Amino acid sequence: MNKKSEGGQFVRLSETERPEITIHVNGEAVTALAGDTVLTALMMVGAAVREFEFGAGARAGFCLMGACQDCWVKQEEGGSLRACSTYVREGLRLITDGGEQ
Amino acid sequence: MSAAGNILIIGAGPAGTRAAEVLVGQGLRPILVDEAPASGGQVYRRQPPGFLRSTKLRYGFEASKADALHDCFDGLRERIDYRPDTSVWSIENKTAFTLGPNGVDRIPYDALLLCTGAVDRVLPVPGWTLPGVFTMGGAQIALKAQGCAIGKRVVFMGSGPLLYLVAYQYAHAGAKVAAVLDTARLSDALPVLPGLLIGGLTLAKGLWYQNWLRFHGIAVRRGVRPLVIEGDSRVTGFSYRSAGGQERHIDCDALALGWGVKPECQLAELAGCDMAFDAMARQWLPSSDAEGRASAEGVYLAGDGAGIMGADAAEYRGELAALALLADQGKSSDVARRAHLKHKLSRQMRFRIALERALPYPQGLAAAQPDDTIVCRCEGVTAGDIRLGQSLEPQEINRAKAFTRVGMGRCQGRMCGIASAEILAAHKGVPLAEVGRLRGQAPIKPLNIAIGGAAADDDPDRAASI
Amino acid sequence: MKAIETEIAIIGGGIAGCSTALHVALRGVPVVLLEKRQPGAAASGVNFGGVRRNGRALEELTLAKRSIDIWHTLPELVGNDCEYAMNGHLKVARNDADMEAMETHAKAQAEYGCEVEMISRNALLARYPWFSDVAYGAAWCASDGQANPRLLGPSFAHAARRAGADIRENEPVAALEKDGDGFLLRSENGLEVRARQVLNAAGAWGARVAGWLSEKVELWPMMPQLVVTEPVPYFMEPALGVVGGDVYVRQIPRGNLIFGGRSGTADLDEGFGHAITEETLCTLERTVKVIPRMADVNIIRLWSGVEGCTPDHLPVLGPSRTTPGVMHAFGFSGHGFCLGPGVGAVMAELLLDGETKTPIEAFDIGRF
Repeated sequence: MNKKSEGGQFVRLSETERPEITIHVNGEAVTALAGDTVLTALMMVGAAVREFEFGAGARAGFCLMGACQDCWVKQEEGGSLRACSTYVREGLRLITDGGEQ
Repeated sequence: MSAAGNILIIGAGPAGTRAAEVLVGQGLRPILVDEAPASGGQVYRRQPPGFLRSTKLRYGFEASKADALHDCFDGLRERIDYRPDTSVWSIENKTAFTLGPNGVDRIPYDALLLCTGAVDRVLPVPGWTLPGVFTMGGAQIALKAQGCAIGKRVVFMGSGPLLYLVAYQYAHAGAKVAAVLDTARLSDALPVLPGLLIGGLTLAKGLWYQNWLRFHGIAVRRGVRPLVIEGDSRVTGFSYRSAGGQERHIDCDALALGWGVKPECQLAELAGCDMAFDAMARQWLPSSDAEGRASAEGVYLAGDGAGIMGADAAEYRGELAALALLADQGKSSDVARRAHLKHKLSRQMRFRIALERALPYPQGLAAAQPDDTIVCRCEGVTAGDIRLGQSLEPQEINRAKAFTRVGMGRCQGRMCGIASAEILAAHKGVPLAEVGRLRGQAPIKPLNIAIGGAAADDDPDRAASI
Repeated sequence: MKAIETEIAIIGGGIAGCSTALHVALRGVPVVLLEKRQPGAAASGVNFGGVRRNGRALEELTLAKRSIDIWHTLPELVGNDCEYAMNGHLKVARNDADMEAMETHAKAQAEYGCEVEMISRNALLARYPWFSDVAYGAAWCASDGQANPRLLGPSFAHAARRAGADIRENEPVAALEKDGDGFLLRSENGLEVRARQVLNAAGAWGARVAGWLSEKVELWPMMPQLVVTEPVPYFMEPALGVVGGDVYVRQIPRGNLIFGGRSGTADLDEGFGHAITEETLCTLERTVKVIPRMADVNIIRLWSGVEGCTPDHLPVLGPSRTTPGVMHAFGFSGHGFCLGPGVGAVMAELLLDGETKTPIEAFDIGRF
């Protein structure tokens, strides 16, 4: 998992009693909570939603309101979704590290 | 679908909700399209189903307003054609093109009420593309709508009412606030104190948040100049210059940045509204009259999307624009109420002007960014790229865009447009208005190619040759 | 205001005009160019960016070859390679009839020294597995390429200025009249230029200028509209176009796919091209039918611009037939981007030497 060793970016302060939902990130199972955005779920386990195309480093979202377009994350099945404006759902499989190159 | 009489409202925040309320009150059934899954806009964003915190806990002083607005909307819901989770990505010939849960749709309209709201006004800072840096509004959404803090030790930097509010909300919710760094100086506020006093309660709340933070031992600094956000793969610290000129460093794993907010006006542009340079806001805004009529026929603007005045004013402006629309359509429209709303708004405007002066966007900071600071987050275009313009000496921001790709990426310049214009104008030594503005274009947000299956027209004769 | 005196006045700051200005200035001859907006802002700056001979009309091939030779020298000539890359071009057939027509054309092109290889469907899919079975085969021209249209016109204008040309922006020409043994041009802002010779390089507005000289050319505005995607991993080296012009696509090394095939709209008086949303949707649908993997990608912006199209889709190049001292270079009908640099070299020769070795008889305004 990308940056997993350094822990998650976000910290849950409340609303922790929600049902768990399992998604997969770079092939590994990740537990999120119902009502998490995809961005929140990713930020609980790391600090990346995608690699920057034109330079080094990852991106992890910025505005959280669907304006900056920084948090488009790839899906294993193809295509991408905007992490800050999409809620997690069971079975979601995401790629944040660029996939196998 | 019939176009006849269609009234389309875009945005279900305070302005859009109050506009719908007025129209429904006259027996009309407007179409209300909103990008979010639930009404409230960004300011009164609702939390997802299954979240338990009270409105009071999430909104503090504003809880009763949030409740009132949500209640108002819930009462309207069955009487309007409400389309949540739906974004408008193009407007052309009085038709809005939407993408929602059921794919592409076309909504012809006779009247259009744009209540598109605002996003954070941001400034490039070296390192601001690192994971862990979020906008001030984004930091607030993480807390309000997800119950999360953006980091374990968060620095809040910028200026504007949100700075102290969000820092307070974080600390109050149990997050660790490493520091609150205000780029505005107290000296900016003193000359405009009389104007600020009009804000009365708003001003008092701002001071209350600041005092609360200080009382709880949180470092609050004014007049700071950001230097660099540090970190390799994510944020590890932040350096700034204090008002006294000393270089300071703070360990942190997250930053929230914001210098007030700016209107989302791409749809107004697509709908044919004239844009004019607003010297105070240092931005191009869609023109409208005192009741919200835009220059394009049948188009009305309300809320922060028409120029920043805040959430309370957005409710008035939504109501007023809907009343103006009714009047223009020859329907019953309360003239006394319109006069009353305009009076309230003019007072609000005086407060806004004072606030803008007290908490100025530090354009000098944008213009002074070193050449290697990334300005355009999407395309990775630096301040130096903008100045140099591939040696083609751009005089205007769209030329700089053509030569360097600044503002050409996924966000279409929402995040970098203001700063890149400041950088170019300062470099050329010309007034900001002279470098122009990045034009709004369809699709205003990224759009999946697969939606092309919804193409209506299949006339092969219109193919252009290569 | 005193008129500017010069040898050559050029109306229009597209690639043709700017390249001519550069080539004239490089020979030390005074030249003034009047552009109504900014150099390269119309068709020169908002086209597909193809630099190709594949499938090109035979009449244009020699000129195209001369131009492509100049394309290779852009870094020295204008100080910027304009992202020109010789990645080849695929003209994609939809059926047997397309293949036959392309094969015939390829043989004819060979006589102009332009090598085009026919590729069968199996060979095409083996080389480019991302094609759908809509692709029936292709004509492959390895010496074709692509470039960034936003840079070419401005780069020529910039180089022309450095070489001494006087390039005036935001100066729409309102009138052109005989004045002694030369001409007087007047802009809408009142700027006057007196010149011994004039080049009409006014693009989609070229027929209006010709009309001032009582020369009638039918010129239709054409507004190709292009769509750009977000960056995706680079997979498409060559540019491609499907026969019939329905779909054309290229990918730049940064990863963005640029594609089009439909027309926007324009108002010549207003001067801008506008994309049409329904046409955009149609382009998306048709492109995915040819390259299914693009269905996963997001588009992020559009552009359109105004070009002038002649009845035979060939440009108008060469001397005016009514007014000695005036040259035309307009109506490129969507083929001007590749030709532009070479057109400037040819027009400079015509203006300064009275002749050029590049055959341009087919483009004579007298043919209409």
